[in-house]
Amino acid sequence: MNYHFDFGPVMAGFPELLLGCVGTLWLAASGMILAIVIGVGGVVLRDSSVAPLRWLVIAFVELIRNTPFLVQIFFVFFALPFVGIRLNPMPTAIIALGLNGGAYAIEIIRGGVQSIPKGQIEAGRALGLHKLQVFRLIVLKPALRAIYPSLASQFILLTLTTSIASAVAAYELTSVAKLIENESFRSFEVYFTVTALYLIMAWLMMKVLAFIAARFLVYPVK
Amino acid sequence: MGKNEFLFLLRGLEWTVILSLVAFSAGTVSGLAVALARTSEWRGLQRAAAAYITVFQGTPLLMQLFVVYYALALAGLNLEAWQAVAIGFTLHASAFLGEIWRGSIEAVPRGQVEAAKALSLGYLSRMKDVILPQAIRISLPATIGFLVQLIKGTSLASIVGFTELARAGGIISNQTFKPLLVYAVVGAMYFAICWPLSLYGTRLEHRLAIAAR
Repeated sequence: MNYHFDFGPVMAGFPELLLGCVGTLWLAASGMILAIVIGVGGVVLRDSSVAPLRWLVIAFVELIRNTPFLVQIFFVFFALPFVGIRLNPMPTAIIALGLNGGAYAIEIIRGGVQSIPKGQIEAGRALGLHKLQVFRLIVLKPALRAIYPSLASQFILLTLTTSIASAVAAYELTSVAKLIENESFRSFEVYFTVTALYLIMAWLMMKVLAFIAARFLVYPVK
Repeated sequence: MGKNEFLFLLRGLEWTVILSLVAFSAGTVSGLAVALARTSEWRGLQRAAAAYITVFQGTPLLMQLFVVYYALALAGLNLEAWQAVAIGFTLHASAFLGEIWRGSIEAVPRGQVEAAKALSLGYLSRMKDVILPQAIRISLPATIGFLVQLIKGTSLASIVGFTELARAGGIISNQTFKPLLVYAVVGAMYFAICWPLSLYGTRLEHRLAIAAR
């Protein structure tokens, strides 16, 4: 093996790679927010008294969880213009990420709500609390505590998934890497560095998310 | 989309299944090694396995495929695209399966290990006859869950240039100018494989939960 490693082009493109990281985090954060909105809405519909609504949510969850994200993002990419919506790659990617993450969020959030013993809710009602008060004072925090770890790892997973959004030319780390690779032909060096950047991002996110949990979700709560 | 296009997609599906099976079987063997290293009593081995798992769980599968693909080429191995991709997926699978099985091995009650040691069973017999049979049962739902992830993950081989189902879909979509229809069919094909597996995994999980009560 007489290959000479040359990280020069990667170093020259480092500022762009960092911008790519910002793009990746932006995609992941926006996608996650959309996913949580879909997740909460989905849970409400999933337990509604209208049967077709329940079926719709179940079908959505099963469809998303049993097909590849790559196919989903292409479908969204082609489906939006078909219904007359023209969007740039970034919003397209965010919608696809949100839908994907949403399906998993529905399952996670539903599990959290179900983890609250029925007796606690009944006790709250018996004390004369309003339904909303029961939710805010009794259900919310323990449920949050129950779902937070799963949602946090889902968030990190979604961040790693954003690299697939390069397939529709969204501006994130992987597409920046492809650009540098095309100019320099230093494929291994570029992807090796970028992989390390992803690892660092995932690690930092894990630390931040764990800090938030330790700060706001410890038991007992004041 | 006519009969020929559909047949082409089916060919792609065949490659998706082959790639998944190869990666899963090779990943099972190497994943077991990772799990045993991770739960071994030797610190250095434990740490190495933990680092291996962290790297694969903390980076995108797409990047793993790229790095492995180019690293193999740099190492002077003249592999076909599907071989390079299969190696990438195998490494990926070994890390994830290793972590799943580490959890299951540790979930086997401590007393079982102690009892096996008290009976003076050696490491090999202890693992093969006492720990692993129980761990496998515990790990089955998560293992099947990962198999579904892996099947979906093989779609990324299309980006590296290997013609499996997702890439076949891209080719047909470019030919017919009916991307929505084509990707709906492609999605349905993935769904047809993954959904039964997911249902089976959920059923096993329920059965285990009842058994553990």
